[in-house]
Amino acid sequence: MHSLTFDVAHLLAGTMLVLSFLLLYQDRVTAVLNVFALQACTLALSVAWQSVAQNAPHLIVTAMVALAVKGFFIPAALHRIVRRLEIHREIEQVLGGGPTMLTGLGLVALSILLVQPVGEGAGIIVREDLAFALAIVLLGMLMMITRRNAVTQIVGFMSLENGLILAATGAKGMPLVVEFSVAFSILIAFIVFGVFVFRIRERFDTVDVSALDSFRGERTEHT
Amino acid sequence: MAVVVGLCCVAAFFAVALLALVRGPFGTAFVYGACGAIALAGLAVGARALADGATSAITLPIGLALLGGHFRIDALSAFFLVVVNLGGAVTSLYALGYGRHEAAPLRVLPFYPAFLAAMNLVVMADDAFVFLLSWELMSLVSWAIVLAHHREPANLRAAYIYLVMASFGTLALLLCFGLLAGAEGGYAFDAMRAAHPAAFAVELAVILALIGAGSKAGVVPLHVWLPLAHPAAPSHVSALLSGVMTKVGIYGFVRIVFDLVGAPAPWNGLVVLVLGGVTATLGVLYALMQHDLKRLLAYHTVENIGIIFIGLGLALAFRSNGMALAAALALTAALFHVLNHSLFKSLLFFGAGAVLAATGERDMERLGGLIHRMPHTAVVFLIGCAAISALPPLNGFVSEWLTFQAILVSPLLPQWGLKLTVPAVGALLALSAALAAACFVKAFGVTFLGRPRTAAAARAGEVDRFSRAAMFVLAALCVLAGVLPGFVIDALAPVAQQFAGGVMPKQSIQPWLSIVPIGESRSSYNGLIIFAFMIASGTLTAFAVHRFATRATRRSAIWDCGFPLDAPQTQYTASSFAMPIRRVFGSVVFGVHERVDMPPPGATRAGHFAVRVIDPAWRWGYGPLARGVAAAALRLNQLQFLTIRRYLTLVFCALIILLIVVAAWR
Amino acid sequence: MAMILELALQGAQMLLVVAIAPLVLGVTRKVKARLLARIGPPVIQPYRDIWKLMHKEAVFAHNASWLYRGAPYCIFAVTWVAAALIPTYATGLLFSWSADLIAIVALLGTARFALALAGMDVGTAFGGLGASREMMIASLAEPAMLLIVFTVALVAGTTQLSAIASLFATGSQGLRVSLGLAVFALMFVGIAENARIPIDNPATHLELTMVHEAMVLEYSGRHLAMIEFAAALKLVLYFSLIACLFVPFGMAAGQKTAAALALGLAVWLAKIFALAALLPVGETSVAKMRVFRYPVFLGGAFAAGALAVFLLFVSRGY
Repeated sequence: MHSLTFDVAHLLAGTMLVLSFLLLYQDRVTAVLNVFALQACTLALSVAWQSVAQNAPHLIVTAMVALAVKGFFIPAALHRIVRRLEIHREIEQVLGGGPTMLTGLGLVALSILLVQPVGEGAGIIVREDLAFALAIVLLGMLMMITRRNAVTQIVGFMSLENGLILAATGAKGMPLVVEFSVAFSILIAFIVFGVFVFRIRERFDTVDVSALDSFRGERTEHT
Repeated sequence: MAVVVGLCCVAAFFAVALLALVRGPFGTAFVYGACGAIALAGLAVGARALADGATSAITLPIGLALLGGHFRIDALSAFFLVVVNLGGAVTSLYALGYGRHEAAPLRVLPFYPAFLAAMNLVVMADDAFVFLLSWELMSLVSWAIVLAHHREPANLRAAYIYLVMASFGTLALLLCFGLLAGAEGGYAFDAMRAAHPAAFAVELAVILALIGAGSKAGVVPLHVWLPLAHPAAPSHVSALLSGVMTKVGIYGFVRIVFDLVGAPAPWNGLVVLVLGGVTATLGVLYALMQHDLKRLLAYHTVENIGIIFIGLGLALAFRSNGMALAAALALTAALFHVLNHSLFKSLLFFGAGAVLAATGERDMERLGGLIHRMPHTAVVFLIGCAAISALPPLNGFVSEWLTFQAILVSPLLPQWGLKLTVPAVGALLALSAALAAACFVKAFGVTFLGRPRTAAAARAGEVDRFSRAAMFVLAALCVLAGVLPGFVIDALAPVAQQFAGGVMPKQSIQPWLSIVPIGESRSSYNGLIIFAFMIASGTLTAFAVHRFATRATRRSAIWDCGFPLDAPQTQYTASSFAMPIRRVFGSVVFGVHERVDMPPPGATRAGHFAVRVIDPAWRWGYGPLARGVAAAALRLNQLQFLTIRRYLTLVFCALIILLIVVAAWR
Repeated sequence: MAMILELALQGAQMLLVVAIAPLVLGVTRKVKARLLARIGPPVIQPYRDIWKLMHKEAVFAHNASWLYRGAPYCIFAVTWVAAALIPTYATGLLFSWSADLIAIVALLGTARFALALAGMDVGTAFGGLGASREMMIASLAEPAMLLIVFTVALVAGTTQLSAIASLFATGSQGLRVSLGLAVFALMFVGIAENARIPIDNPATHLELTMVHEAMVLEYSGRHLAMIEFAAALKLVLYFSLIACLFVPFGMAAGQKTAAALALGLAVWLAKIFALAALLPVGETSVAKMRVFRYPVFLGGAFAAGALAVFLLFVSRGY
């Protein structure tokens, strides 16, 4: 029952849950992005382990996608955005730290309670993965609604998505997993672009790129 | 027969009450002395019945016509007889000294024996009529004592709220017994045990018992009368109200839910458990906000009732899942805490009474430095504070340890709701234990330690020897129950056997007299060895210091980092001690708002600091309820002023509606 | 004869923790100084400090009571009893079953109660300040501690320290996230209880940053020596607890031969000094927190403990 496969999968999924909690705990944007990158790397490791355990080589692609896109590219892009557009580094919270944490613990308990009767016949690994994944999804949603900062809302959405991918890869033989993960990553990229564009429009009152030239200061106008 | 002797004690109490109405030779000393003696007799009866484990019952031709009154002493009654009469005996001893301070003794003396008699009767009742009659008598008589100092308006309000809540509780209990008696109307407890009502009636009966008995015990949100009424009474009666009458409420709950009701579903245990946890935490948080010593103690009673209900909830949950040993453990833990609480809460109220008698002050902010003026009271009050904070090797720790052990067995429960809730309740229990320690560091520290804040505190003297003797007896019992808990657990074995269906391992045969709640390999605790270790290491330390260190000592002014300020106002006050906890926990629960009004530099007026604490039970519960009732009453007042034609219309409409109902029923 | 041996082993454990405590404190200070690019005091300096304090006159305020004079003895005695009951080099000693994990935590509560009252005895603002902050920290740390106990008790099936150590030493419980979370939570709680940075600064002289120091501000001479010694004992207690619960390998169990005992002793000393060197690394990398950030810190410990319990429920399929 406590084979190495089970233990390591349990360890990785548990680490993802702990990182979701840590995301709720941070109060600076750069820390949030770093913890998220760490969570994406853990997701990649978990998916890679599942591909080895389930003998499903196409999951390696998902792991690579997760690592590259969500572990590296998106956090780097968001770091640049935060620096360039001088987005508030401090995150304002709607609830205090204490109530948020207690709500998070309550959501974890709720996930465990919900999943218990579902997987009665399915075996312990599936039940546990579902409980963790549901908890990560709910914590991602909690993060989205209790933070007043656009970047943290994106990160919340992405961590929610991490939970979904964890659930999808945990269930053996789910079709189109790779396609789904790529599609979600593109979705995220468009959301990031959207926020980017919105902020530019807010800042400069236009999205016409040529108009940016007029703000360049030392360079002379040229046709 | 035990029950006959018990009823004789009750009759003796009533006789003393009647005699107290006559002045002359039957004054304070006689009444309290006689009560003490009768209570000791009752204590002997209860202890004997508990040791024998036998049940004795009797039916007397009093009460309702043709039906009679049933009385019975079984293991549970015997235990609560011990608790009630021990409290009564020690209180009577205390009152021999304290009762002399009473300005109008006739407002207290006749009611005191009647109060003890009523409590004994409740515990011995074996049918619904006798039970409810004694319950109401208990409430009425204690209400009369609460009104003893009726010149103060606060006491009037306290007594009024107490009466309303007591009536409400009795109503709930009446409905509960009605449900349990069923359609045949068998109101004797034997008939109720034999009847098997429908499942929904059982659940409703448990809820009603929780409301009725819980309001007497002081469960949140039905606790609002407790911190008003308990401090209003004279201190020895406060000790009885807090230490003993709340236990009678617990008895009512245990009797109904564990004995009369057949087999409640596990979710009842969950409700009781959660309610207990919430009560414990809120009670101690309320207590931390207080600076009136007696109100603090009264709110703290609420916390301990919460702890008892946690144990009872666990026992219910385990029993409904058939885990007999775990249920026995939880029930024993709860009942042990009943005994412990009656011991140390009475002790603390006696101490508060002694302080009140010596200084005339109840407000901690006007006391201080009493450890020098009242050394004996300070020692026993310290033992009481340490016991209630659940510190080893005293008795408070043993019952909390047993409760924690019961919580640690909970993962074996099959219901997931219970499995996930019990650790949360356990965390609440740990939180309330730590907050209780903070509360009593504050209470002892501000009252007895430091420097006197007013002249009254500086002039205090030690109290009379009866009060001190009573407090010493209780302190000694606290230490004994903490160091030799195995005997108490064994004494509770018959109760556990009867109501939880199982017994814990026999404790008095364990090696070195340790207690082993479940199994040797699982956990054990030895109060005697810990106590011996502490004494040994303390002695060794003192010896080593004596031998190797210098004995030089010098008295000097306070150092205070080089800024010694003589004014006693520079000390910490009760509200400043509680400030960190008030900020951390109070802002969420109580909407605590602190306002500081500092004069600008150069102005010579005093600064001002105000703390506003909102009690959520009043604001969200009783306030809107009272307003709603008042609004409805105002509307319905219109019915007083109708014309004759309108009244006739009302009668006619009622008649038509009833006829329609009859037609539709057919 | 066997009884005499058992008694001797238990007594040796008691003397061991007392003898080693100032050395552990000295090692901690030395490592911290080196990390801060100072040379630092020699590692046996705490012994010298205690010796010096014991030979100084004890100065009391005029209104100090018997509680003030007796509290240091009580604090030292209770902390010593608690530290002596944690298995160090061997499990299953003679009196190891007399107090389990909950009782040891409660014994520390007794010591803290006495210390807080001693702080309030003389009637200064600093004493009240220290006492009220200390009780707040305790009330925040207790729920986290209970959840740690719950986690360990769920995994091991018992709260007896000797039994837990024996069980975990066999490694049969496997790799568990819950135990990792529990050790994190225990470290946070230990930092809070021992008045180390980021909760309290043991070397501060600024009143607004004091918690433990504020309570003992008025003490001098042999009483201060006992209180300092008790603080060192408490630190050894927490190190010993972490070692016993989470790295219990190498303890002498069952038959207590001389070789096994010597090995157990050496391993225990190594673990304690390793933890003593690890503590300053953490202390020098963060700053001390404001008082009203403590709930965030200890709330993190509580959340870690709660997560540990929930993960256990999920994984074992209780």
